[in-house]
Order: sequence, then structure tokens, then C-alpha cells
Amino acid sequence: MATAAKNMDATEALIAAYVAPATEGKWARDARLRALTTLRENGVPVRRDEYWKFTNPARLLEPVKPATILETSEASMFDDIDKLLVVFEDGVLLTDLSDDLTLEGVEIETLASAMSKDIHWVGDIYGALEANGQNPVSRPMAALNTAVATEGLVIRVTGQVTKPIALRYMRSGADTDVMVHTVIKLEEGADLTLLESGPAAARLNSSLEVEVADSAAFHHVRAQGRDHERLAATHMFARLGKESRFKSFTLTVNGALTRNEAVIEFTGDNAFATVSGASAGDGAYHHDDTVFITHDAMNCESRQVFKKVLRNGATGVFQGKILVPAHAQKTDGYQIAQGLLLDDDCTFLAKPELEIYADDVICSHGSTCGAVDETALFYLTSRGVPKSEAQDMLVLAFMDESIQEIEDEVLANAIRNRLGGWMERHRG
Amino acid sequence: MLNIKNLKASLEDEDKQILKGIDLNIGAGEVHAIMGPNGSGKSTLSYVLSGKGGYVVDDGSATLDDVDLLDMEPEDRAAAGLFLAFQYPVEIPGVGNMTFLRTALNSQRKARGEEELNAAEFLKLVRAEAKSLKIDADMLKRPVNVGFSGGEKKRNEILQMAMLAPKMCILDETDSGLDVDAMKLVSEGVNSMRDGKRSFLVITHYQRLLDHIQPDVVHIMADGKIIKSGGPELALEVENNGYADLLNEVA
Repeated sequence: MATAAKNMDATEALIAAYVAPATEGKWARDARLRALTTLRENGVPVRRDEYWKFTNPARLLEPVKPATILETSEASMFDDIDKLLVVFEDGVLLTDLSDDLTLEGVEIETLASAMSKDIHWVGDIYGALEANGQNPVSRPMAALNTAVATEGLVIRVTGQVTKPIALRYMRSGADTDVMVHTVIKLEEGADLTLLESGPAAARLNSSLEVEVADSAAFHHVRAQGRDHERLAATHMFARLGKESRFKSFTLTVNGALTRNEAVIEFTGDNAFATVSGASAGDGAYHHDDTVFITHDAMNCESRQVFKKVLRNGATGVFQGKILVPAHAQKTDGYQIAQGLLLDDDCTFLAKPELEIYADDVICSHGSTCGAVDETALFYLTSRGVPKSEAQDMLVLAFMDESIQEIEDEVLANAIRNRLGGWMERHRG
Repeated sequence: MLNIKNLKASLEDEDKQILKGIDLNIGAGEVHAIMGPNGSGKSTLSYVLSGKGGYVVDDGSATLDDVDLLDMEPEDRAAAGLFLAFQYPVEIPGVGNMTFLRTALNSQRKARGEEELNAAEFLKLVRAEAKSLKIDADMLKRPVNVGFSGGEKKRNEILQMAMLAPKMCILDETDSGLDVDAMKLVSEGVNSMRDGKRSFLVITHYQRLLDHIQPDVVHIMADGKIIKSGGPELALEVENNGYADLLNEVA
């Protein structure tokens, strides 16, 4: 590939910047070697790559600049929810702030500990789903993560879990550069909710690989750190068995640069997946949702629902693709990305794509971009609702279509509250 | 109550005057009706009074109990006691009808320095009002006007009016899109609010509504002006002869 030569120096510089992990088990070494090879073959992303057309990857690759204002006091999320709490500070698991890693129906281990052992099932997922997601588009930041990450969790779910596992990220350093990698396997019929929240680092590279076996269900609700200057490149890879369910939602408010990639593959028939997100930015804010869903099975339904509210020069990006091979008949694919621009100074860029080879499918995609509906605003104010509050109501209503993708109403309301708080603090 | 003097207003985007000098005085407890051919400026009058964007007031004044309406934001006009029942109530997906009503009511109370209603007090009030308008719990729970039939939307307007208990109610073609039964229901809702103090301005095309909501004064509006005022018999005259005779009379 031509990119290999052109980015070689930058790629080697990036690899050299991260300490190679200590000796680990064979599967771990194999996975890391494979990832390094991938990274070297494809090179680091550059602006002229089609896949990075709307988001400049430069800041994800440069040495981290220390935060000018270090925001460490972010109010925690999901406080009122009974959960198994796992706390990471600057990307390192803190045992004294975390709950015991024991929960009925689940086996949990730290990634570091799993790496030194020969755990057969982890080897089948760690770096494997990521490797699978490198085609047809390369994802170098994910390959880098596989090659060097040592922090994270390894979770195997064997049954119905009574409470969510909540990963809470905390940040103490101004120039922290953090990699986390979590691997989850849901065995047949198992059910797990994973929560993620908090400011992780000045720059976060996170990778989540999830194998959802037949008839299993995975729910994921994430509220990314709302520290303003942070950078994040996250990947989520999922492989879905027959009749499985997968639901992932991400709230992003603030952050200088966020690129969230989701790569979902249906491998069994009659499964369901939704990837959704609400994103709100004011000022120096660039948010990118990049989704790739492959329907490699029959009669599966996928949904992508993304809403972005932007003001003061903020930028929102959506790149979403549904790939339906010839054998994936009865596929139902839905994709919507909508931007709400609160002034003339912000940008919303959307690239919805469908690539369909089967002939008996329902696929729809749409993207809209507009301002607050003046008629609705007048209706609300004519009833006595102050304009700023009326605008908040309309913005929250607009965003709610994505939040409704969250199944659990308590979790959905936690997201609504956080977004509502953001709206109040960022009134025109 | 409502005093309008020589009110002239234009569309902001076009150099076109719609209201060309409206004079209208509605006393406390009175019901006035405005009739007039399409394009005469009836709806524009209701929008200018309630503060919709897109219009420029060229001249004149409008006061509600001596308070200048035209300088205020729409929400302040509402808090001052003005209410417009929309000809086309707006659908607002994602905003629950109850949330909307409670926010509106409490915003107005707050603006007037009154205590806000708590959830229980509000619920009690809304249930009683909804019942008399035959609005079921499901309609209250749904997003504002989304999926409502024409009749349901108009009943929802009257519910809002009943909850907000304004001094001055403007009903803009509330009869449009209503069947006979719905019109009766809506009219009963309006009539139950007539208490000798509250005033109404009823904009309509048809005399039929005025059989149910009997006006004290009927005005005929044409080309941005009130060309004739009279008693309820004026509405019957329009019903029987159309506007042509009246327009000729003035011309």
C-alpha cells in the first residue's frame, strides 16, 4: 500500500513513543505483533485519507500538550444506580476505589493479569475483532491500542447479571496519554450492561471488543468526559451471534476532539443492533461518529441514530455505513444523523452510506441539518415559557430520539439530566 | 382591557403592510368577534398582538390593562394575561404535553411573582380541566399535539387556555377543522371561562361558531382595517349575504 511508505517515519515515531509491554503469554504477543504489522502496513492516518476527510488526525498523533486548565472535578455519573464500580485513574485501575471484581454470572480480570495467562477465549477476541475491523478501512489508532495497551478489563459473562459493570475514568494529570482496552465475551443467553463515564486523560485511546454469542444481550451506555481540552479516539468492535441484541449509546459534551468509531458485524441471523449518540458542543469542539455495520447474516436489524447540537464554531461529523452482502436477505438497516445548529458559525458534516448487494432488504438513511424551529419556539413562548427555556426544551426534544435508543429508562434519564445541565450552562 | 389604537404592521421580509390602522377596544368581560374575507389581516392581528416574529409594527399601540404589549417578548405578554389559541396548533415531537403545560403555567406564575404549583397540585388541576374537555390521559402524556386529530389539537388549545386562565383570550379560527360535536365541546370550554371579567376576541369565518359563543360585538375586517362594527346581527348578515355588500357599502 502506498500509505505504508508515505507515513513510515510518523508510524515508527508513534510506535517508539509507547513502551512495549513486558513479556506476556503467547496469545498476547501474537496479537500485539499482528497489530504492529497492521499499523506498519497501513501507516498512521493523515488528513488526505478519505476516512479522515472531516477530522484531522494530527492532534491524535502529536505529543500530548498539557491542559491549560485541568478539570478534575467532574460530577460522577450513574451514582444512584446499583453497580459494580471499577475506577481507572489516568488509565490505571485503582483497586481501593473499585469494588471487588466479583459478580454473579461474570468473570472479571484486569487485562494485565489476563495477558500473562493462557486464557483461551481472550485470545480469540483480543485484537481479533479489531483485526477483522481493519477491512475494508484501516483503523490505525485501534491497531496501536491492541499493540501496546496494558490496562483494561477482561470480562466473561455466563448468565443474567443483576447489576451493570460501571467503568469510571478519573484524571489527575495535565498531560496524561492513556490507552485502555476491554474485552467482553457474552456467552449464549447472557446479558450485561456496561457503563462508562468520566474524564479519562488529556488523550484517550480506548478499545472495546465485544463478542455477543447467540441469544445474548449487551447494553452499553457511555458518557464521555466533559473536560474541554481532552482528545479521544475510541473504537468499539462487536461481533453478534444469532438472535443476539446489542445496544450502545454515547453522550459527548465538550472535549476538543473526539472520534468514536463503532464496527459491528452480524454473524448470526435475526439479531439486532443499535449504535446511537447525542453530542453537544460549544466552541472548540470537534466530534466525529464513524460507524461501520456489516450485515453478514439474514434478517438482522441495525439502527444508527445520531444527534448533534452545535454552537460557536463547534463541528459535528457523522460517517456511517451499512454493508449488506448478497446473502444477507431481509436486512433492515436504519441510519439517521441530524445536526441542530444554534448559530451560523458551526459545522455539521455527514456522510451516510449504504452498500447493498442483497435484493430483499429495507435500508434507509437520512441526514438533516437545521436551526431551531421558530414556529415551535413561538408556540412555547406564547404560552409563557421564557425563550431560553423554550429553546432548551426544543433542543432536548431533538436530542431525545437518540436517547430513546437506551432501553433502561433510569439510564436514559441520567443521560437526559446531564444533557439538560449542559444546556443550562451553555445558553446562548 | 384590550385597547388597540391605529395599529399598523407589515411583514418584515416584504415591504407590505397588512394591518393598516386597526382601532379596537374590548372591555372586561366582553366577547368580540372579528370576521372578514381571506387575507384581510385577521390572523396577522392575532400574531402581532401575541408577538410572533416576522412582523414590524409601523405605527399605533396595543395595551392590555394599560400595559404596552408591543414592547414585550411573547412570554411576557402571556404572563401579562394574553393568550392566543392557534389556528394551526404546532406539533412539538419530544416535548410531553404535561411537561409543556406545567412549565408554561409555572413560568407565568413565576413571572407574576406567584408561587409555582407542585406536581400534585398541577396534576389535580389538569385532570379536572381535561375531563370536561374529554381529553384522556393518553393525550396528556403524548408529545405536544403530535398525532392529534384536528379536533384534538383545538381541544388541547382550550385546555391550555383553561389551565393558564388568561385575562384576554384570542381565538384564531378555532372552529376550522372541527366537526359539529367538537365545536360544541370547544365552545362549552370557552363559555365556561366567561366569568364577566375575562375577555375574548374570536376570529372566525363562519357565523356558526358565534351561535355557540355569543359575541357582544361583531367587527368586519377587510384589507387591514375594521370596516364595520355592530351586534350579533352583523354576523348573520355576513352569513346570508357574504362580504360583497359590506365591502361595496364602505367603498
